[in-house]
Amino acid sequence: MAGSGRPGWSLLVLVVAVVVASPVVAVVLDGLLGSDEIAMPRGLRSMVVTTLLLMLGVGVGTLVIGGGLAWLVTAYRFPLRNLLVWLLVLPLAMPAYILGFVFLSTFDASGPVQTFLRSVLGEGLWVPDVRSLPGAIVVMSLSLFPYVYLLARAALVEQSPTTYDAARTLGANRTRAFWRVVLPLARPSLAAGLALVMMETLTDFATVQYFGVKTVSVGVYLVWKGSFDFQSATQLAGLVLLFAVAVLAGERLMRGRARYTQRGGRGQGLQARHLTGWRGWGATTLCLLALAAGFFVPVARLLTWAVGEALADPAAFVDPRFGEYLANSLAVAAVAATGCVLLSLLMSHAVRIGGGRVVRSAAQLTTFGYAVPGAVVGIGVLLVFAWADRALEAAGVPGGTGLLVTGSVLGILYAYLVRFLAPAYQAVDASFAKIAPTMTLSAMSLGANPLRVLRRVHLPLVRPGVAVALVLVTIDAIKELPIVLLLRPFGFTTLSVWVYQLAGENFWQEAALPALVIVAAAVVPVFFLFRQVRATDRRAV
Amino acid sequence: MSRTRRVGRPAVLTATLVSLSALVSGCGVLGIGGEEPGDIQVYSARHYDLEDAFVAFEEETGLTVDFIYGDDAELLERLKAEGAETPADLFVTVDAGALWNAADQGELVPVRSPVLEQALPEEYRDSQDRWFGLALRARTVAYNPENVDPADFDTKDTYAGLTDPQWKGRLCMRDSTEAYTQSLVASLIDLHGRDGAKEIVQGWLDNDVEIMSNDILLLEALDAGTCDVAIVNHYYFARELEEKPDMNVELFWASQEGDGTHVNISGAGLVKASDAPAKARRLLEWLAADGQEAFVGGNHEYPVNPVVAPDEVVAGFGEFKPMPLDAEAMGSLNAEATDLLAEVGYE
Repeated sequence: MAGSGRPGWSLLVLVVAVVVASPVVAVVLDGLLGSDEIAMPRGLRSMVVTTLLLMLGVGVGTLVIGGGLAWLVTAYRFPLRNLLVWLLVLPLAMPAYILGFVFLSTFDASGPVQTFLRSVLGEGLWVPDVRSLPGAIVVMSLSLFPYVYLLARAALVEQSPTTYDAARTLGANRTRAFWRVVLPLARPSLAAGLALVMMETLTDFATVQYFGVKTVSVGVYLVWKGSFDFQSATQLAGLVLLFAVAVLAGERLMRGRARYTQRGGRGQGLQARHLTGWRGWGATTLCLLALAAGFFVPVARLLTWAVGEALADPAAFVDPRFGEYLANSLAVAAVAATGCVLLSLLMSHAVRIGGGRVVRSAAQLTTFGYAVPGAVVGIGVLLVFAWADRALEAAGVPGGTGLLVTGSVLGILYAYLVRFLAPAYQAVDASFAKIAPTMTLSAMSLGANPLRVLRRVHLPLVRPGVAVALVLVTIDAIKELPIVLLLRPFGFTTLSVWVYQLAGENFWQEAALPALVIVAAAVVPVFFLFRQVRATDRRAV
Repeated sequence: MSRTRRVGRPAVLTATLVSLSALVSGCGVLGIGGEEPGDIQVYSARHYDLEDAFVAFEEETGLTVDFIYGDDAELLERLKAEGAETPADLFVTVDAGALWNAADQGELVPVRSPVLEQALPEEYRDSQDRWFGLALRARTVAYNPENVDPADFDTKDTYAGLTDPQWKGRLCMRDSTEAYTQSLVASLIDLHGRDGAKEIVQGWLDNDVEIMSNDILLLEALDAGTCDVAIVNHYYFARELEEKPDMNVELFWASQEGDGTHVNISGAGLVKASDAPAKARRLLEWLAADGQEAFVGGNHEYPVNPVVAPDEVVAGFGEFKPMPLDAEAMGSLNAEATDLLAEVGYE
């Protein structure tokens, strides 16, 4: 298969890679060409160490919570399990910049929890400092574990029955079969989910800032905002990219040389076992705990604020432009999700039917944007359009692109593509990885052209991955803030910008309602996913 | 397989239809076509949903104002990248340092205007007329009157006085990533030199200052009694006071017998590539005179124009002596302030 001629498809991957990589490259070049001195902030070493510790902690946290819960809902039946299986995706809907604030205002010294504890147990009670690295690890693990959960679950559901059955027939008990067969087979998906979590952790600025955790990304912002000079911050942004390279290399390493494709159809990998009595309810409690901490408690807190606000000033409670903001958020998210998933499908397919080493690397290159902070991608997009503008004018087109970027949402969509192609590609590609090459080969040798293979063979097989990808990108796009803030045209406001504007001035009570709407809007794609999950569920049962 | 297809196909179909319809209906949303742009376009770092002042200006003059808000450093970068193509006419920030940097990087052009010169005191505008301060915000000490006797504050240098061991374990302040912290420390560097400022910040740390990520959290902590003394922006207190009049917090004007209380400005400048400089100038002049009340009122800021009185809540705080504002120091020392904070380990 390798290298053999499908030049059209290979070219497509290369073009996408160039388009997606150019804003990031533009930023790096701009930094290298534009500034003569390197402005590294003080305490760089401790920033690097903090970043590593945070990534390690969040990695372990999401792997345990996300992977563990995925196993629990797949391998067992217990009370409320059919509901919990999709509810567990909900923490994704909670933007980190909201969760961080809500968490601190609930658990810090003047928050309701400690106030209550003091009133019951008296003063002088020792409590751990919540505004700390461990605090940040807990909060980020709780909000990011659904990435691992989703991909791990997709992998477990897609797993073919033959391998597991073979292991059981050969005398392995359930536990042994899990550790030796099921888990290793799920490794590509776990790795993909973990890579997404790592990159999210790397680019996060809001949560870590709330928790006073100084990562390299915080360093980028400190240098940039401290000196009002973006170029001086770009070398440091380059360091963030190095981390991203390490993450992606780590992912490849974790996948290993092995290719875990399988034959014999999908589903029914694990016969779910019924948990009864306290075991059953114990499993339910575990799921509910994760959900409560990552979703229900923060939502309840926001609800309290929103209700308080509504009672205080019922007239001003519902903003008339509210529908417009919602429509803006949803429209941009839908277009971004469709675009990202479509490109991911085409790329995975192209790699499959004729991907040489170059094409494979190019496809991998498109995922880098996810590891670059949103504001940096935004500047990159501005730079690319400015260059295009100058090139067009030099070529004799008067007015160039005519401010296409910031005059329309084109810039936002482009930046979304750069940022969110990664989650889409990771999810789709992880599904592709499970299709045996022989499947593709037999379809092609039977005379099907590439498009037909995609439509009739690949697409039906990777549908779980496609659904996951759509949901991930839609939710990410609804939550996304820095890109919209930087690139939006006049008169274009989304829900996240609205929350930012209120929260930025600490109108938290007023921000509660729009924050809840973001959460609700993000629940919609989760519901679509729910239908898909239920479909695969029905198959498996 | 056939069963799965039956389940899945409608879902795929629905998804496609949904995204297609979103795409079509989205075109209006996506600004393709779009509406007529306003007469004056403003990039603003003030995060207010609607500037009452702009609405009042539109009513009074018939000129329309469009504005988007964002982070000051990011908007400045957008201005630079857009270059001659930028739609922006006016750049509004909440930090003198940001204004100074925008001017220093050549993005703002001078506006020679007798109206502005007359309305605004010299120290709150650029000596080369590239930017103009329009509203004042003070960063001062707030305390819980149940636990603190205000006579214990150092009236000469209140900020430095908080390094006294009597405040050990009683202080709360903002984090180092916050511009308010940075510009306060920048002004301390300007006043006391780098070593002097370093001693002060180190002294706060030696007093086990608790660092919080939000001014409202600081005020809540004071109210709950988990902190005794904090440094906050005056308008957050004004706003909280409006909602909870019985709050257990009082304001103390810092350093009144010394250099005065630390202040910063909200201000604006004319963008170099503006295609409507005359209209933008008119808005600027209006904000400095007739529009002062509308501009500062919604956020409980102090008007820069001495003729205009502050709003009721703020007037209740009494008069105070502000620290002389040195925008160049704030702008150029900001990076050094961040460095100093990192050096002593103030997170």
